Amino acid sequence: MIAKIVAYWQLLNRPARHLSLALLTTGGFFAGVIFWGGFNTALELTNTETFCISCHEMRENVFVELKETIHYTNRSGVRATCPDCHVPHNWTDKIARKMAASKEVWGKLFGTISTREKFQSKRLELAQNEWARFKANDSLECRNCHAFESMDITLQSPRAADNHTRLLGTGEKTCIDCHKGIAHQLPDMSNVEGWH
Amino acid sequence: MLVALLCVGLGSIAVAGEPITTLRAGALESNSPAPAMAKPINSDIREIRNFPEQPPTIPHNIRGYQIDLNTNKCLSCHSRKAVGQSQAPMVSVTHFMDRDGQVLSAVTPRRYFCTQCHVPQHDIKPLVENEFIDADDLTNK
Repeated sequence: MIAKIVAYWQLLNRPARHLSLALLTTGGFFAGVIFWGGFNTALELTNTETFCISCHEMRENVFVELKETIHYTNRSGVRATCPDCHVPHNWTDKIARKMAASKEVWGKLFGTISTREKFQSKRLELAQNEWARFKANDSLECRNCHAFESMDITLQSPRAADNHTRLLGTGEKTCIDCHKGIAHQLPDMSNVEGWH
Repeated sequence: MLVALLCVGLGSIAVAGEPITTLRAGALESNSPAPAMAKPINSDIREIRNFPEQPPTIPHNIRGYQIDLNTNKCLSCHSRKAVGQSQAPMVSVTHFMDRDGQVLSAVTPRRYFCTQCHVPQHDIKPLVENEFIDADDLTNK
């Protein structure tokens, strides 16, 4: 067994006898382009609303709730799809999130939230995961569209302008601290700080 | 509030036997176009109450506010503890009283569903003239 591995390693380690250096480098380059392109295309394919709602868990629970909210139905026609809020746009963070999402594949296979009742009973835990992620990255996915620096607070209602200046502008709070449940319904909040 | 007054207004017209102008635009068998959606008033300016017991109207948009068994979005600003941060008016102490007048530490279940009494206002032209007279004006007459 070990002898086999050593022999294989020596084969790989030896310079090529028949292939030219040019073929190996350009061939390697184009193979790399195809592999990388393929990888990214597949990655982006899993980063769409269509992909998310291809499972009934998403389509019949969270997606239904999203449809009524301002992030889906509004006057200006700008719409946030699932990955806009739930997948970081930055590449390394995106890959990290995608790797963490392998747990969701596990959940799908074993039907962790396969019924409405199962989903409801697990909802607080799932929501807390997302709140923690938003809190840790200072609501980055919100800020991809809603940057504080870009807000014209004179156009906001007095209440919103005051809260945003006092709490968001000073960095005392981040978006998710106040804006929980804007795109989906909230679970039992009786043990969540600041909620009733 | 306005809607409630309108209902009262319409009712009194019917009782008085005066002619009722129908709200229907076309013939009975045709579907008339739906009226335009009115914009909610979002001024954040407190409106006066027309009588002391009137539940104050909500001067802001409450689209998507969840008030159910799980949570009450209104209380995330208007609860006793939240007003320090939100600077919103605290729910009055009557909301903490049970039916025997005993003040509890939290909003009682019978006062939990805010929109049963408190409603946002919309910028619409009243369908019928509002003849409501404020109690103060009535006594001054």
